[in-house]
Amino acid sequence: MGMTIAEKIIALAAGKPETHAGDIETVTLDRLMSNDGTTHLTIDMYNKLKNPHIADIDKLVWIVDHNVPADSVKTAASQKKMRDFAKEHGIKFYEGEGVCHQIMMEKHVRPGELIFGADSHTCAYGALGAFGTGVGCTDYLYAMVTGTSWVMVPETLRFNLHGKLRDGVYARDLILTIIGRIGANGANYKAMEFGGDGLHSIDMAGRISICNLCVEAGAKTGLMELDEIAFDYLKEHGDRQPKAVFAPDADAVYEQVYDIDLAEIEPIVAKPHFVDNVVPADEAKGVKIDEAFLGSCNNGRIEDLRVGAAIVKGRHVHGDVRFMVVPASRDVYKQAMDEGLIDTFIEAGAIVMNPNCSVCWGACQGVIGEGEVLISTGTRNFKGRAGHRDSYVYLASAATVAASAIAGEIVTAQD
Amino acid sequence: MGKIFRFYKDVDTDQIIASQYLLFPSVEEMKEHTFESLDPEFAAKAEPGDYVVADENFGCGSSREQAPAVLKALGVKAVIAKSFARIFYRNAINIGLPVIVCRELYDAVEAGDEMELDLKEGIITTGGREYSCTRLPAQMQKILDQGGLIASLNK
Repeated sequence: MGMTIAEKIIALAAGKPETHAGDIETVTLDRLMSNDGTTHLTIDMYNKLKNPHIADIDKLVWIVDHNVPADSVKTAASQKKMRDFAKEHGIKFYEGEGVCHQIMMEKHVRPGELIFGADSHTCAYGALGAFGTGVGCTDYLYAMVTGTSWVMVPETLRFNLHGKLRDGVYARDLILTIIGRIGANGANYKAMEFGGDGLHSIDMAGRISICNLCVEAGAKTGLMELDEIAFDYLKEHGDRQPKAVFAPDADAVYEQVYDIDLAEIEPIVAKPHFVDNVVPADEAKGVKIDEAFLGSCNNGRIEDLRVGAAIVKGRHVHGDVRFMVVPASRDVYKQAMDEGLIDTFIEAGAIVMNPNCSVCWGACQGVIGEGEVLISTGTRNFKGRAGHRDSYVYLASAATVAASAIAGEIVTAQD
Repeated sequence: MGKIFRFYKDVDTDQIIASQYLLFPSVEEMKEHTFESLDPEFAAKAEPGDYVVADENFGCGSSREQAPAVLKALGVKAVIAKSFARIFYRNAINIGLPVIVCRELYDAVEAGDEMELDLKEGIITTGGREYSCTRLPAQMQKILDQGGLIASLNK
């Protein structure tokens, strides 16, 4: 029986010739990422173990990215605990260098790997053909101590992409469209697998954006077929060699197959308070905004900053709007400076901040107040996600966010 | 008997415990903010042995384990929903918080109703009626029975 990409990766990690949806496998993890959102609790549990030890220290990557720099004494204490533990044990450690998933993509993820991340958007790693999935800190601790875990092999939803996105339409519009179509639990417990000729027309930034958001449909992971664009990315980012390169078998079994004509996708806005609450951007036009955010692990890459900068160049952010621009990593930040994009944003009146989760995390930078409206390239628009419980978050592409920052209300770049 | 706190569909983990509390040093310090955005009085009203009942896809969104942890710390005996988001479900079992799938209960009860759960038999009793729950997969029942995933590391 043929296998999907998810089944092949899990089979390899389980040391078996094959496995199929519904099977429960014990797997050896290739990499374990954790950030400051939960690591302090992981350490507390670790310290209470009878025989604390770490199976393979080289597989651990710890990243302080959520509240950077620390916003309070309590945050500082939790981050210090993480920093001290990493230093004491010799764990690969990053702080202030960017959002965890962007750092993992730039420096660590290899095709064919099975990766646990103590963060739901770990599913982003599928853009490089790795099975990344989000776990809590107890699952993380168990994997850290034993080097293994158990997984139920997921059913797979297959998305065949055809053709090309139109100008002014982005990968983020595509994945929001898909989430709107299948719903916030449409892929619960499942893998979302992407391929087809249309995938070749989407750059790495777009692919990461697509896989990253699969969890918003409930997916266990998002996975993509690999091509020259992915291999070039690996070569340019540390010349990383794949663990394994998998394509699905011709007779792989899918729960459902979707064929999507990319030319039919249009600019999309997800309205409060659910990511699947999507409408064509035209239908959200005219909503007054207080803040706009360009950044996050979903949409803070150099390609996204170029889109935003091109729109605000020579114009000025609306007088009633705070426009936050946050590159996803230090490398992205430096590149944006080299290309003059940071100058462009600053001259337009934007507030450019250090790489971190920032407004998307809703507890550190750019928190919004009661009744305020944010348009964001972040990952989520849940109630209170960006601050006060009675505030409103709209999700859109970098183009729509930048255009709205200038207009003071939701507009598309075409306006 | 415990009383029911009833929530809608697609309740995400940001509602259970918001981002600004996650880096507090301990779950004990976070728990008073449980469900703050939906019911600011929740932590004060919830008593050990109470239940959370919800519609579909409870616990979607962020993987923050603080979400099931604050519910457990407040003494919530179990969460009963039509369905659960994957990561929350796994996290809850891992820390020993029972999460029960029951398709009928949500539409049959109101907030404040009293109910009883027989975890071993998988039977819920409320309003003079019994409801049977879907059993946990064997792998997860084993983890719950031994008191959570960490207990297995300390064997």
